[in-house]
Amino acid sequence: MTMPLLPTSRADAVASAKAFLGAQSRVRPLEIAFWLLAFAALFVGRSHHLLLAEITILALFAVSLDLILGYAGIVSLGHAAFFGLGAYAAGILAQSGHGDPLSGLVVAAGVAAVAGFVSSFLVLRGADLTRLMITLGVASLLYEAANKMDWLTGGADGLQGILIGPLLGRFDFDLYGTTAFAYALGVLFVVMLALRVVVHSPFGHALRAIRDNRLRARAVGIPVERRLVAVYTLSAAIAGLAGALSCQTTAFVSLDVLDFHRSAEVLLVLVIGGSGRLYGAIVGAVVFRFAQDVLSAMTPQYWQFWVGLGLVILVLIGRDRLDDLGRAIVARILPARRSPEGTP
Amino acid sequence: MTLALETIGLKKTFGGLTATNDVHLRLEKGARHALIGPNGAGKTTLINLLTGVLAPSAGQIRLDGVEIGGMGVEARVRRGLGRTFQINQLFPDLTPIETVALAVSERSGRGGDWWRRVGTRGAVLDEVVDVLERFGLTERMREPTRTLPYGKQRLLEIAVALATKPRVLLLDEPAAGVPEGERHEILEAVEALPKDVTVVLIEHDMDMVFRFAERITVLVAGAVLTEGTVAEISDDPRVRAVYLGEG
Repeated sequence: MTMPLLPTSRADAVASAKAFLGAQSRVRPLEIAFWLLAFAALFVGRSHHLLLAEITILALFAVSLDLILGYAGIVSLGHAAFFGLGAYAAGILAQSGHGDPLSGLVVAAGVAAVAGFVSSFLVLRGADLTRLMITLGVASLLYEAANKMDWLTGGADGLQGILIGPLLGRFDFDLYGTTAFAYALGVLFVVMLALRVVVHSPFGHALRAIRDNRLRARAVGIPVERRLVAVYTLSAAIAGLAGALSCQTTAFVSLDVLDFHRSAEVLLVLVIGGSGRLYGAIVGAVVFRFAQDVLSAMTPQYWQFWVGLGLVILVLIGRDRLDDLGRAIVARILPARRSPEGTP
Repeated sequence: MTLALETIGLKKTFGGLTATNDVHLRLEKGARHALIGPNGAGKTTLINLLTGVLAPSAGQIRLDGVEIGGMGVEARVRRGLGRTFQINQLFPDLTPIETVALAVSERSGRGGDWWRRVGTRGAVLDEVVDVLERFGLTERMREPTRTLPYGKQRLLEIAVALATKPRVLLLDEPAAGVPEGERHEILEAVEALPKDVTVVLIEHDMDMVFRFAERITVLVAGAVLTEGTVAEISDDPRVRAVYLGEG
């Protein structure tokens, strides 16, 4: 093998560039700690498993939104459309006797993906306001369609008689929600593993480029429309997974899955946790649901007031300053941790 | 011999206004061509027509003999028509490594890869570093673009465009806004562009035009006033009257 002799500076530059890109996608200790903690929760505090399952599903839904909002810069006020479609697809499938959870999950993701693909062409053009209105409109259309088609969806009464089989043919869904939590967490884990590859891939970088400067993205040769269609479809599929999980773990689907408040809620979750970083969606889901729990216990009537107040404060302080604070706290806790590049 | 870039009777009207009027350009492979003209001469419109931002009202655009007038922006980039912008159009949060890697990935048909992370393909990485080195950008290649000095950002503008391996490269006022003392850095980078790339320079700085260009096209009121060598243009009384006299 012949290797051309390179001047050291160039070889150094290549090595340095490689190291830099590697460091961008390196698995961080905090990440490992998080997953260990999450899976450890399966073995303790059984009474909280239902809530944890619910949080996990909300997190998955928020992750799907982050993909289009945080990475590709597509604002949506109708992401519940895909969540709802996934839920109904899994529900109707189970109702008609196909109760196997995993295959139901795949079908639900497929149905949501098809809907995402078709509607993606509507959000390609236009600015943020147009997209807000279009996504909102698509979700409303689906809501009303589900309401009218009561022979299929049960209408306002919800889908009745959903029977979910045991997971992998072995684990029945229990009253405490342990199977539900394990199932949801497993799906979230697999999706996160896949997405952390995707966001650091050329495809993922192209999305950020489109978000930051569409004009230049085109000038670089990025087929903007094709990339946006792809990511919207992917995001819809993941939202469909979340919807299917919600249906399968509760054995119930109602019009609520398509409701506007669900689209708004997931947007809130992402604002709380921070967009464009995947894990922000999970942090947001945990914070949001616990806050909701605590606040509604304290003031059952007015908990949304406190959520709203918190949100206003959050936006006023600004995400960046909160991040700095978070980093400072982490640095305090882990003083021995060096930054990968050796910079102070 | 096929021309690298040719326009035939290119025309663009906005309502009653004719922004580009019957423009014929003929650029040979490897040409160093400058496009000058007073403000409002239609230089920007012409660039937008060439790159596909605007659709021509009439006329043809040929890149290496192939008609590209009906193609979209990305398709023209893939066929080898690169450009830089007069006002920086970069990705503020991406580093120069990532920015150039985007261009290299797209050009090598790897832009849609979602299953491997950026930088795992050695060939792509080598090319990225080559481009960055050419423009002296390796030192700060790991910092977000927004933190780079303005002059370096101007160089990155050209670097990204070159990373798409253009056959024809349109430079839209590459030294715009760069302080006098740093302009030479831009000019040197422009002069050092590969010889086989056809370069069209749109510029106000006459020193730069006269140093760089072999031939010059003078645009006035959307139409070509004259075209010729540097000596011909600088001696042309009409050019002096409409353009040089102004400045």
